[in-house]
Amino acid sequence: MKAAAGMPERDDAKRSVLDVRNIEVVFNHTVQVLRGLSLAVEEGSITALLGSNGAGKTTTLKAVSGLLDLENGAVTGGDILFDGAATRGFKPHELVRNGLFHVMEGRHVFEDLTVEENLVAATFSRAGASARDFDLVYSYFPRLHERRKALAGYLSGGEQQMLAIGRALVAQPRIILLDEPSLGLSPLLTEEIFTIIARINAEQGTSMLLVEQNAAMAFAVSSYAYIMETGRIVIDGPTDRLANDPDVREFYLGVGDEGASRNYRDVKHYKRRKRWLS
Amino acid sequence: MTDWLLLIEVSLAGIGSGGLYAITGLAFVLIYKATKVVNLAIGEILMLGAYVFFGFSAGLALPFWLAALGTVVVAGLLGAGIERTMIRPMLGESPIAVFMLTIGLGSILTGTVELIWGANPLRLPEYLPNQPLFLGDAYVSSKVATAFAIASVVVLIFLALFRFWRGGVALRATASDQAAAYSMGINVPKVFSLSWIIACVTAGVAGMLVGAIGGISPTMGVFGLSVLVVVIVGGLDSVLGALVAGLFIGLLEALAGAYLGGEYKTLATFVLLVVVLMVRPYGLFGTHEIERL
Ligand SMILES: Nc1ncnc2c1ncn2[C@@H]1O[C@H](COP(=O)(O)OP(=O)(O)OP(=O)(O)O)[C@@H](O)[C@H]1O
Ligand SMILES: [Mg+2]
Repeated sequence: MKAAAGMPERDDAKRSVLDVRNIEVVFNHTVQVLRGLSLAVEEGSITALLGSNGAGKTTTLKAVSGLLDLENGAVTGGDILFDGAATRGFKPHELVRNGLFHVMEGRHVFEDLTVEENLVAATFSRAGASARDFDLVYSYFPRLHERRKALAGYLSGGEQQMLAIGRALVAQPRIILLDEPSLGLSPLLTEEIFTIIARINAEQGTSMLLVEQNAAMAFAVSSYAYIMETGRIVIDGPTDRLANDPDVREFYLGVGDEGASRNYRDVKHYKRRKRWLS
Repeated sequence: MTDWLLLIEVSLAGIGSGGLYAITGLAFVLIYKATKVVNLAIGEILMLGAYVFFGFSAGLALPFWLAALGTVVVAGLLGAGIERTMIRPMLGESPIAVFMLTIGLGSILTGTVELIWGANPLRLPEYLPNQPLFLGDAYVSSKVATAFAIASVVVLIFLALFRFWRGGVALRATASDQAAAYSMGINVPKVFSLSWIIACVTAGVAGMLVGAIGGISPTMGVFGLSVLVVVIVGGLDSVLGALVAGLFIGLLEALAGAYLGGEYKTLATFVLLVVVLMVRPYGLFGTHEIERL
């Protein structure tokens, strides 16, 4: 293994917009899911968080955005700093107002609201959202503009994912926590979505913490990556280095150095299952 | 000929009182949709509205509009107070605990009214027009007709708020997916508070109208029983269901009362309830499964 867990070896000259320090998360006072997890997201970067099913990726994002409260989960140790300030005690909507936006796994569009109303619903954290903010969303997702009067429940999976990201965009946050944007999408659509994610990051300067099962995609757009297993980080480093690391290639990209893959079938199988689940 | 006339008159009266079921049902549905609380105190909140109006109009001898305005304000404050002190601390508790709590709330409201105004029936000052009204040959009580007109206006305001007001978007978003609403910056506790305020104001207005037609007494809360049937038949989470089922049950009760006798009113509605539950367990227009209690 390369870097030790819990000790992000990052260029300290650059500021972290998000700094998660050694957190522990427990559900229902009994089930411990995160065990001393640390990570940092550098201002303006896309940072990837990878790991297998049930490793605790979603839980990590919920701990950051405050949504654990809704599920009887709690951060029982460690600190989470957003923009240098502790998030402890803040309600989710207050964190959004400060610029931290969580795009939940599984899209969660408001099905009986129109596309436009879904975007309006994401502007409550801001004093004055104007037509220009909506136009910005529609410029990234022209498809949403065509469907703006349609009920979100009738959108295709890809369109719903666009809407989920569009809602984050209209809120103009400083950081977006993005949970599995490729979930249930075709490879082509996944690529399209990721292209737009990279554009938003580059053009709007929005930092992103990206949780993904599609490691290849995540490596393609991120500059730094963390890999977690059962509640803690096991490897982390700049993406270009991790992507060429033989262990990582074998276990997370599904290609061993012998070329043939040992885990490839598992990966395929997993993806199929995910798609089926969504 | 006269048979037809009777049928029409009875039907009009039924639909008229159905309008009051409809708006009270709407109040119930709003709270259920936004907060998932089954509010069994809705009938008692309606009763309290009627008594507050009585206090302002008969007690303090305020003119009608001031008394009505005062009632609306008090009902809104009551809604905010109930949500803040009783409902919000119960967040995350089992639905049955909250359900029981609203039953307790109903008893508290009834007890309070009895302490202040006594247990005897009272009459509200006459403020609805009282001369007979004829639609063609059919006689309609002008009180019922006016109450129906006011209820219609309440429904229109309600629907317009839901559709066009920004806060209406927050309400519907929260009703549709609470976690997602939270995650995008909607102040969910404030939405809860708002839904209780709007619902209690609506129930309070319904109370003023019910009281103007039939007088007021601390037992008025049983009106809530019919409203419960309305929302179960229509679907706990359906605005359209509350409106349609409200009118229909008003009609059904009037017909059963006129043709079978007053004692059949409740029987008819509960037979309808059982039939609907057997055919469609979550109501005619309901979408989600009813919380198991
Ligand atoms: N509300 C909850 N109550 C109890 N346990 C939970 C809860 N939410 C998640 N867990 C547990 O925490 C662990 C991590 O879950 P989490 O959803 O964070 O995984 P994940 O890495 O996002 O997985 P996936 O790739 O499947 O989305 C799992 O074992 C899960 O069962
Ligand atoms: Mg997950």
